[in-house]
Amino acid sequence: MAGGMTYTAIESTQLSTSEIYGQALVELGREHNDVVALTADLAKSTKIGDFMKEFPDRFFNVGIAEQDMFGVAAGMARAGLVPFLSTFSQFASFRAADQLHTDLCYQNVNAKVIATHSGTSFGQAGSTHHAICDLAVTRSIPNLTVIVPADGYETYNAVKAAYATPGPFYIRINRGFDRVLYENSDYGFEIGKAVTVHEGTDITVIACGSCVFQAVQAADFLEKAEGLKVRVINMHTIKPLDKEAILKAVMDTRRIITVEDHSIIGGLGSAVAEVVVESGKGCAFKKLGANDKFAPIGLHEDIMADLGIDANGIIEAVREVMKKDFEEDDNWDDEM
Amino acid sequence: MSLSKAEWLALEKKVDELRNLTLDTTYWAGSGHIGGGMSVLDIMTVCYYKYMNIKVDDPQWADRDRFILSKGHAAVAYAPVLCDLGFNDKEMLKTFNLSGSKMGMHLDSNKVVGADASTGSLGHGLSIAVGTALAARVTGKDYMTFCVLGDGECDEGSNWEAAMTAAHYKVTNLISFVDRNKCMIDGRTEDVKNLEPFCDKWTAFGFIVKEIDGNNIKELCEAIDFAYENHKNGGTQPVMIVCNTLKGCGIDFIEDDYTWHYGAFDDDRYERGKKALAETYKKRVARAEKEGA
Repeated sequence: MAGGMTYTAIESTQLSTSEIYGQALVELGREHNDVVALTADLAKSTKIGDFMKEFPDRFFNVGIAEQDMFGVAAGMARAGLVPFLSTFSQFASFRAADQLHTDLCYQNVNAKVIATHSGTSFGQAGSTHHAICDLAVTRSIPNLTVIVPADGYETYNAVKAAYATPGPFYIRINRGFDRVLYENSDYGFEIGKAVTVHEGTDITVIACGSCVFQAVQAADFLEKAEGLKVRVINMHTIKPLDKEAILKAVMDTRRIITVEDHSIIGGLGSAVAEVVVESGKGCAFKKLGANDKFAPIGLHEDIMADLGIDANGIIEAVREVMKKDFEEDDNWDDEM
Repeated sequence: MSLSKAEWLALEKKVDELRNLTLDTTYWAGSGHIGGGMSVLDIMTVCYYKYMNIKVDDPQWADRDRFILSKGHAAVAYAPVLCDLGFNDKEMLKTFNLSGSKMGMHLDSNKVVGADASTGSLGHGLSIAVGTALAARVTGKDYMTFCVLGDGECDEGSNWEAAMTAAHYKVTNLISFVDRNKCMIDGRTEDVKNLEPFCDKWTAFGFIVKEIDGNNIKELCEAIDFAYENHKNGGTQPVMIVCNTLKGCGIDFIEDDYTWHYGAFDDDRYERGKKALAETYKKRVARAEKEGA
């Protein structure tokens, strides 16, 4: 991708995902004078401090007032600017939900929400600061594009793509460092186009965000240890969803597992399930995520293990779903 | 921008036309938010017909003044304004609130030409207005933003978030109003949840407050002139014009009655309403003749 991210692999492991967002925002700021940044007392936490330093006249901190931030951004967008709003995912999707719904999405303005500290990535802060229901809220709002990048490179691509695409965006990124999935940003990122990051024909794992790396690890292990061919799809765009990739997985592997750092209700798993059910094709199916419960307090990796959305949890789930008796026949007696 | 007697009389004529059109729209729709529509009409008329710099043939003109009706339920009065100005066909008003109409109870700014925001959920407009005002600063434009809140709406905490932002960023290219008609759906504002000391609240939040009779054209113009001067002279505080108004202003049998937040007009009420508006117009012309210069 021309003009893509030029960090080396080492640099990318030295920058947290939010810092990479911060860099991308500075680049956009240099390229386009209509880019403005807003935060609600989280400039440091969301790593947009560099933009603030370089473009003080285009940076607005509205204090701890998320609802106001969304309204102000909508007004700015209506006046021709391209606001990037940054706060924690939980506050972006719940505290300011009415403003997100009405001011940004109903008005269909060109504003980009970069929601940080998503899923359980701010693990030790507890459920007040986890966002495990935000995808359920955001993907149901018309006009809103919803993206969950898998790592820093994908975050960079998503932020750049968001600027280039008119309309409201919700991009959900993690606090801290993400395991690096891609070697660089040049893998052909396209909004609404899933990326197959591990080939396979026995079963498909559809993942987003930090779960993609875990799924690839699980697939590597299962291939070496058990000879299983696990396809892993990085479904970075939750809306518009890549239905074609899902239907192809149904046809090719007839077994699907979804993995997300989110509730199993309303997020990626539900979105995929809707496509599978509407296809009318039989398919063994399992959703991994927070099973209608709040996540415990702890390090992100420990919470992911607890929820069963890390490599070990995915391996277990693959074994379980592979055991499901599933035939291409009309006899349902042995499958009910 | 002082107000001549001729101008005052012309504005009285215009606001009378718009009150009649608002009553017509309510009648065509069968019902509507006529109480708050009538109370806010003088504010809207003065903004749009005396002060605002807009181009009807170029509704999205980047340099235009903005108007954010935060009390979006007053669309039954706002839609007539946007039609009378020529942004939309007046015939559209006959479809107000009807199935399939582009004009619903709360205006969709992507469907109704001239509406600068899709409001209706209360407590949103002031933030949006602060956004358009700050955008003028970023883009180096000198347009003004006008924003009208309802008083009951001020129960919403988000208004006060916006107020703090407006004061912090010294947004003087924003002229704000509260339509203080002292009524809300469930009762008088002071009975549902006390707002007073209302002006003091805005003062404490960093605004210069002008308290006026918001159904008086002359007082409205004086207050807006003050806000313009404040901006031009490098003022450091935004201006809030607290407009004491009458809910249902102009139609005597619904005036100051909170139960007329939303109501229906049948043939009989419509005829009585028309007569009441004619009486109101006469009195207001007489006042303008007497007090105008």
